[in-house]
Amino acid sequence: MSSDEQELRRAYRDAALEWENSSDAALWENTIADGIERGSWPQSTQTLEDLKPMTQIQTPTLRDRAQTFGLSLEEFDLVVDVMEREPNPLEAAIFGAMWSEHCGYKNSRPLFSRFPTTGPQVLQGPGENAGVVDIGDGFAVAFKMESHNHPSAVEPVQGAATGVGGILRDIFAMGARPFAVLDSLRFGDLSSARTRFLLHGEVEGIAMYGNAMGVATVGGEITFHPSFEENPLVNVMALGLMRHEDLAKGTMGEEGNQIYYVGSKTGRDGLGGAVFASADLSSDSAVDRPAVQVGDPFMEKLLLEATLEAIRAGLVAGVQDMGAAGLTSSTVEMAYRANLGVDLHLERVPMRETGMIPLELMLSESQERMILVPIPGMEQALEDLLAKYELDVVTIGEVAAHGRYKLYWHGELVGDMPVNALNEAPKYTREGVESEEIRAKREMNLSSVPIPENLEEVLLKLLSHPTIASKRPIFERFDHQVGANSVLLPGQADAAVMRIKGSSKGVAATSDCNPRFVYLDPYWGAASAVAEAARNLVCVGAKPLAITDNLNFGNPHRPDVYYQLERSVQGIADACLALGTPVTGGNVSLYNQYVEAGRTVAIHPTPTIGMVGVLEDISKRATMGFKRDGDVILLIGENSSELGASQYLETIHGLEAGQVPRLGLDYERDNQFAVRSLIAIGWCDTAHDCSDGGLAVALSEMCIAGNNGARVSFDPEAYSKAQSEEFKQDVTYYARADLLEDETVIRADALLFGEAQSRFVVAVKAEDINYVLSWLRVYMVAPYQVIGRVGGETLELDLDRHELKLSWSLEQLREAFEKPLLEAMA
Amino acid sequence: MKTTVIQFPGSNCDMDAFHVVSSVLGQPSSLVWHTETALPPTDLVILPGGFSYGDHLRSGAIAARSPVMLEVKKHAQRGGLVLGICNGFQVLTESGLLEGALLRNENLHFLCKDVNLRVENSQTAFSSAYSQGQILRIPIAHGEGNFYADPETLSRLESENRVVFRYVGAVQDAEGNPNGSLNDIAGIVNTRGNVLGLMPHPERASEEILGSSDGLGVFESLVSTLAHG
Repeated sequence: MSSDEQELRRAYRDAALEWENSSDAALWENTIADGIERGSWPQSTQTLEDLKPMTQIQTPTLRDRAQTFGLSLEEFDLVVDVMEREPNPLEAAIFGAMWSEHCGYKNSRPLFSRFPTTGPQVLQGPGENAGVVDIGDGFAVAFKMESHNHPSAVEPVQGAATGVGGILRDIFAMGARPFAVLDSLRFGDLSSARTRFLLHGEVEGIAMYGNAMGVATVGGEITFHPSFEENPLVNVMALGLMRHEDLAKGTMGEEGNQIYYVGSKTGRDGLGGAVFASADLSSDSAVDRPAVQVGDPFMEKLLLEATLEAIRAGLVAGVQDMGAAGLTSSTVEMAYRANLGVDLHLERVPMRETGMIPLELMLSESQERMILVPIPGMEQALEDLLAKYELDVVTIGEVAAHGRYKLYWHGELVGDMPVNALNEAPKYTREGVESEEIRAKREMNLSSVPIPENLEEVLLKLLSHPTIASKRPIFERFDHQVGANSVLLPGQADAAVMRIKGSSKGVAATSDCNPRFVYLDPYWGAASAVAEAARNLVCVGAKPLAITDNLNFGNPHRPDVYYQLERSVQGIADACLALGTPVTGGNVSLYNQYVEAGRTVAIHPTPTIGMVGVLEDISKRATMGFKRDGDVILLIGENSSELGASQYLETIHGLEAGQVPRLGLDYERDNQFAVRSLIAIGWCDTAHDCSDGGLAVALSEMCIAGNNGARVSFDPEAYSKAQSEEFKQDVTYYARADLLEDETVIRADALLFGEAQSRFVVAVKAEDINYVLSWLRVYMVAPYQVIGRVGGETLELDLDRHELKLSWSLEQLREAFEKPLLEAMA
Repeated sequence: MKTTVIQFPGSNCDMDAFHVVSSVLGQPSSLVWHTETALPPTDLVILPGGFSYGDHLRSGAIAARSPVMLEVKKHAQRGGLVLGICNGFQVLTESGLLEGALLRNENLHFLCKDVNLRVENSQTAFSSAYSQGQILRIPIAHGEGNFYADPETLSRLESENRVVFRYVGAVQDAEGNPNGSLNDIAGIVNTRGNVLGLMPHPERASEEILGSSDGLGVFESLVSTLAHG
């Protein structure tokens, strides 16, 4: 522990002790009466300098210090209105936490009404601990994605570990057994010392927690861009499997119910984390370390088993984990959903440290704590069950009809707030204005970008960019097989696939976002994230069902940032509507920016999309690797001359510019349907979408994954001419030229590395090719063309009309692809 | 084959082993909580993988001293079969049912990947379904699988032919040892041949849909051993 941290902890303790010693009944009533007596409380977002005076009693008005509680002056006055009196510091802090972006979504909620949230497959939409979709046969999948960005920026190991712990609790609180985790991690430049520190720390934290919990880490994405240098993103998505009848809710049930506190004791860790998460990351954040929670996966594993057993045995009316704003948000939300009130007796809360005060107990974000509300009459059975798992349980309160949130401390009423007001944070609709700088970048004319001499070298450079390169050295640190459900492992396919024991079905999951796209065009960038997620599911043969989103943005008070947020939400909403994948929940992380020497560096806007799909027959699935010599390679979708927003431009030309590739949502759906049908029929077991690095990178990945070469030509005529007699006989060329752009007008680099949307590379057995082509021509509207054959030890690309013949050995490709992260993780 | 899978707090491969024995092989199986002081009638006891007691103190150290282990030891003394997988192997060495110890992996990291195992002794109750020298593809998932034993013990294990599985490279002479284990040891049996511990997870490689069924042989060996006495 740093000396700063020790000093900070001492300051906390002194302030706390002083409060404790002087908090007799009279003083408390006094406090409630005029709400002023006490000084403001040490908030985790303050520095040592701020803290020192707080260890003495002060007398400025509470309103002056509203910000200490995460409230603006206007919000403080609003609190006074709804309370019909001035709140005391405890109440102000509770309003501050409940109205923080993290709990109250005050800036983002007004936009959420645009999301489609319903569909026959949706069993539980937004508003609960997690969304739930029906996958048939009586099975359902609970899933959600949540961020742990700020804690991970300060303390990567615990920040990432508790990120995993928090989302897993959301899943089993719904009655589902967590069976898969995906991590979406964003870092700065891999070559920087800070990035290596964060990468190693976050990987260690995720492994430490997920492996011990016995939940397979099956996928995700890891990308590197300078805008995340100081403020990395850690978005964790978890999936849980359940039977319909086991669906549980975060409610208090009915009047008179007991409120059980189960799990770890409450400490000062994570104090004010919700407020912390909703504040700019400053150079003082090092002293925020006490706001980072410490995880104990062993305790969580016991909670997991006990909670699921309790739900299945029908012992509980409501379940919720204590996440952001801990005891406060969990009990307030459960009371709100039940439309009831609660009486909590805070002195009963199990405490890890002496001298803790009500405010600390209410705002602590100590991990591995749950609220269970037993069904009347089941109390003893529940306590026996918890005893089996050696879990402490305390009755901290009762459910009451009064609709108020009443807090008692040694019998004295120390807080009394309307439950509804706590849940109904003020909503802010702001004016968004696009940054001129970004608009200029988007509208930059790219025709002057030179075509590199050596395109073979360009492909190797792209393959070795850490965003594209193999993540195997990282995934080997995670247990991706525990549970014996992982059918497709990380790196094998575009999405993870889990089998459902006792069923022919499978569940597929992916998480996606291209921050560069969103930066250059928030609307189309966010829509593309949804489309790519669906594309990835389709590439394993799954039908996309629904999404969860994790909106990572900067400070919404900045018009340019609010513009990105608003346009992204609209893009997600429109794409989800078009692709039939409703939004079942999500998480918002704002204020992802770093203040340095007065200059604010905002992250690239990153609305991460977590999507879940179902395979009706898991035996019909596809992976990306080329499998058999002689398989015929097809391109579904059209190539285009689009170069904008590509990884190629950034990596090779140092340009982050241009229009993001156009996305036609109907066209997208048609192409996806064609690929999904090919796999479902059983004609295709090899599919991969074109994303970062375009067609050339996609083909390389398919060669590397299958340890097979390929011969590809982009020119139909030249292609058929180039074919052997034997091949001419078994293939008649059916490509619909009217739907294909003429390759001659496509620059070689755009054809190879451009990121035109809605494209898939698939491979089918030579003996099936005539059926496949006739079927595509007759029944599908998706454009398609035969572009090559699998085989050999090299990847050969023939750009006939550019008079270019490019060739790479599998060894060259593999070395470029495998090396970067092997070195970084060594 | 009546099978009992022991569940310690923190076990997380218990249901995977249970699934293979009960669903894949259709054998009568039961789960027993670590506080039990009696075992149901059983031929095979499986100590599953996981992080028993959160790996607190040392992997397997606390589990080795839990009430149910007294019964497991009696079962072993009676000649009953005991299979310890991953954390279960650690519990077996901690409880003295097997020699040696499992140290942190050489690279100090948890590692989850497929490895190649060579069947060094196909004459045991746990390996009779394999042929001598057969190469198996089975995943590992551990941070502490680095087998260590003092020189005398090590040479005794080798001379008594008690190394049942050994890590080997994908190709001749290639490095196959993922964790630094002495003599590339992946699994050993006791002198009597009724207690086996191994770090790799045969229960994760017992169905084709999971990518390999090379591990099923371990369970099939036990079934046929019991059938033919």
